[in-house]
Amino acid sequence: MMVIMAGLLNILADSSGFWMPPRASTVAADVDWLFYFILWISVFFFVLIFVLLVYFAWKYRYREGQPVGDAPSHNTALELTWTFIPTLLVVIIFYYGFKGFMGLAVPPPDPYEIVVMAHMWSFNFGYPNGHIDDQLHIPANTPIQFTLNSADVIHGFYVPAFRVKKDIVPDRYNKIWVQALPVKAGDPQTYDIYCTQYCGQNHSTMRSSVIVHDPDEFRSWLEKADLVNMSPAEHGHKIWETRGCNGCHSLDGTIIRAPSWKDVFGLEQHFQDGTSQIADEDYLHLVITNPNIKPIVGFQPVMPPTAGLLKPRDVDDVIMYIKTLSSKYHPTLPKPTTAAAAAATTKPAK
Amino acid sequence: MSVAQPIPAPAKVDNYLTHDRGFMSWAFTLDHKRIGLLYMGGVLTAFLLGGTFAVLIRTFLLTPHAWMFKDKVQAHLFYNNMFSLHGAVMVFMFIIPAVPAVLGNFVLPLMLGAKDVAFPRLNLLSLYCWFGGAIFFSYVLLGGVFHAAFGVQWPGGWGLDTGWTFYTPYSTNYASGTVPATLGAFILGFSSILTGVNFVATIHTLRARGMAWFRMPLFVWALYATSLIQILATPVLAITLLLITAERTLNVGIFDPHIGGDPVLFQHFFWFYSHPAVYIMILPAMGVISELISVHSRKHIFGYNFIALSSVALALLGFIVWGHHMFVSGQSNLANTIFSILTFSVAIPSAVKVFNWLGTLYKGSIRFTTPMLYAMGFILLFTIGGLTGLFLGALMVDIPLHDTYFVIAHFHYVAMGSMLFAFLGGMYHWFPKMFGKMYHERTGQIAAIIIFIGFNITFLPQFVAGTKGAPRRWAEYPEQYQKYHVMSTCGAYMMTTGLLIVAFNWLHGLMRGRPAPDNPWGGNSLEWHCPSPPPHDNFAVPPVADDPYNMGGWEYDKTIGGWVPRSHEISPSETAAAGRTRPVSH
Repeated sequence: MMVIMAGLLNILADSSGFWMPPRASTVAADVDWLFYFILWISVFFFVLIFVLLVYFAWKYRYREGQPVGDAPSHNTALELTWTFIPTLLVVIIFYYGFKGFMGLAVPPPDPYEIVVMAHMWSFNFGYPNGHIDDQLHIPANTPIQFTLNSADVIHGFYVPAFRVKKDIVPDRYNKIWVQALPVKAGDPQTYDIYCTQYCGQNHSTMRSSVIVHDPDEFRSWLEKADLVNMSPAEHGHKIWETRGCNGCHSLDGTIIRAPSWKDVFGLEQHFQDGTSQIADEDYLHLVITNPNIKPIVGFQPVMPPTAGLLKPRDVDDVIMYIKTLSSKYHPTLPKPTTAAAAAATTKPAK
Repeated sequence: MSVAQPIPAPAKVDNYLTHDRGFMSWAFTLDHKRIGLLYMGGVLTAFLLGGTFAVLIRTFLLTPHAWMFKDKVQAHLFYNNMFSLHGAVMVFMFIIPAVPAVLGNFVLPLMLGAKDVAFPRLNLLSLYCWFGGAIFFSYVLLGGVFHAAFGVQWPGGWGLDTGWTFYTPYSTNYASGTVPATLGAFILGFSSILTGVNFVATIHTLRARGMAWFRMPLFVWALYATSLIQILATPVLAITLLLITAERTLNVGIFDPHIGGDPVLFQHFFWFYSHPAVYIMILPAMGVISELISVHSRKHIFGYNFIALSSVALALLGFIVWGHHMFVSGQSNLANTIFSILTFSVAIPSAVKVFNWLGTLYKGSIRFTTPMLYAMGFILLFTIGGLTGLFLGALMVDIPLHDTYFVIAHFHYVAMGSMLFAFLGGMYHWFPKMFGKMYHERTGQIAAIIIFIGFNITFLPQFVAGTKGAPRRWAEYPEQYQKYHVMSTCGAYMMTTGLLIVAFNWLHGLMRGRPAPDNPWGGNSLEWHCPSPPPHDNFAVPPVADDPYNMGGWEYDKTIGGWVPRSHEISPSETAAAGRTRPVSH
């Protein structure tokens, strides 16, 4: 029986066991060990109580004519025993839980730092070189400290495979650290990231992925990541996709929670204070960086301000993109006058 | 037990149900028994409401991508309103009042040998608070669900999509129904506080002659400890709700970081009440179990002093562990450590009770009546619920499990597997006393078993989904968790079937049950010393209290299918001659 249990534990000790996700960080093994320790204690006590209950229910079931057994109604020695033994066990469990937690809570010196920016309803990850990505890439075998901040409400940052989790609280930096287990060169591993603190409508789709690279491959990924050549409008679209705008603003006219970007450029905006304004570049700039100053009729003033999150160049590119979505925007060059110029203008538009 | 032979219908005797007739006599009643029944109607309706949404939630979650709605925005809105309604209705309108306000109101004065509670008018006021708060609360919350599902917006039906925990700043800045919903909870809270005040006064002042503190039934000890929590903790929730309202309406920065507040402060305030609240839920349930185990095995409760004192210990310790709901909130490592060690301390009194109940069964004479089946189910399910709490109290293991389905499974084992089972067991146990009718025993037993099995199929898979990382409150989920959700939903349907059978069992018993004897189970606490149903004033002559767990003074009378006082008292010398320490009883 013990051999079978040990064997079972061994199978379970491997990556995707019955209970746990794959083990991808240095702390995962410790966490799992304590989980199984508590599990076996629990199984023991549950089986004990179950067996006693069933046995007593059968042995002392009512039978016609049989009186109730003669038994004392208290026994101090028994009471102290079954108070003392559970107390001892919980102190042990507390101790290991505490000790392990301090390992989770205190990072080694000089970790690599990545900023996790959460907003309704997506994650962005900021690297020391200024690159911002909507997926988390990290080097394996390196302590990494995440600084968690939120633009709006409380979110949660959870990577099941790493066994780490912490809430992301607005106006406050929570920190968490992790060291991913080594990966083979050329074989980066991907794991899920989930938001675990209810944050509104799309809480259940606020997810991302962490990709663990071999450290040299991580370096080359990071170098290449920021060097993307895009037109301002393409960059504006990418910002829409990755920086959270798409959570509330659609591109096709649907109202998710905020005005759609389709045809908004050049449209008259009606504000809750009774005034109105045509949405030109100045208006768009104001409403992107400092959104809730002039709430629009029919919408709640809940957009998080992007001043500080988007660089001035990013804001310009978003405005450019919004313009391309409007039927009122049709930039034209004068018709070509020579054959050579005509050939140049037939190049496919980006 | 054999079924009694048909007996001639008893002469019409005046009882609390027939004492006065008409709507006004019920709407303005001061009789604790009628107030208990009115609470019963309200609380069971709340259970039906919360339960309907539970079944809808489980149906919704059959697929990973919200199959019930084509439009995912609408799907998420609907789901978020649904789970908030389910949690809020169940916590505020069902679990907290169920045992104290329904069973407690009915049984407590009878158990003490009193005519009524200490403050009958206050009791009626607490009932009005419950109904007023419940109607308002349900109206607001249902409005949100209907709006999300059908696009219909009724006036004031803003809905709640914050979860029953209303965390800031989402609840204060982004959710529309927070202020009215919290106002509803505020009113409901007064029902709880006033009931607590009433019970404390009643237990202190209206005990029968001979009933010293350590001679009270354990259900009374449980209600006393619960009342202390209700009085001390509920006002903190009320204040928190007022602070949210102040922040929303007066723009005062308390919880909103953008105006200088601290969102985590809300969590401290909220859980300072809500953790003791779970002891309001479980302590009376444990009190019921003490009664059921003892009476239905005809045996003196084992370890009376330890069980009584452990109720008080749980009430006190329950106030100092709230931070374990905030282990991942960003509070300091020191706070986490202190709350973790304190949390383990509350495991001990609960374990002590379970062992004492097993000790009661030892050498008893166990009848597998419906109440006993629920009590035995309670022992197993509470053990699982309590043991899974150990995982969550251990800091390092809580980190990955926090806010996952593991937590959902844990609290359903203690709230539903334990508290609901105790409530159902208590309802069956006191059903004959309340209504003067017996329910059909075999149907009750079958339903209990169906509910037990269905419950486990519903919630055991959720432990595994949780350890594998499935977060809670997710309308859509990654594909790998679907198998757990499907299993869980099947269990939920099975459990619902069992609960519907229970409802049918009660209704049938009310209408066609055979007349109940005064003491169908042979218990010795004072409520069994008066007729079933009791007269308006409970006792014609104030009774003198004996040891409530000494059941040797009753013997079974086949002709009425119940227990009657033993015709011949067994003297101590007879007992000694038989080589026993306790008189012979069956």
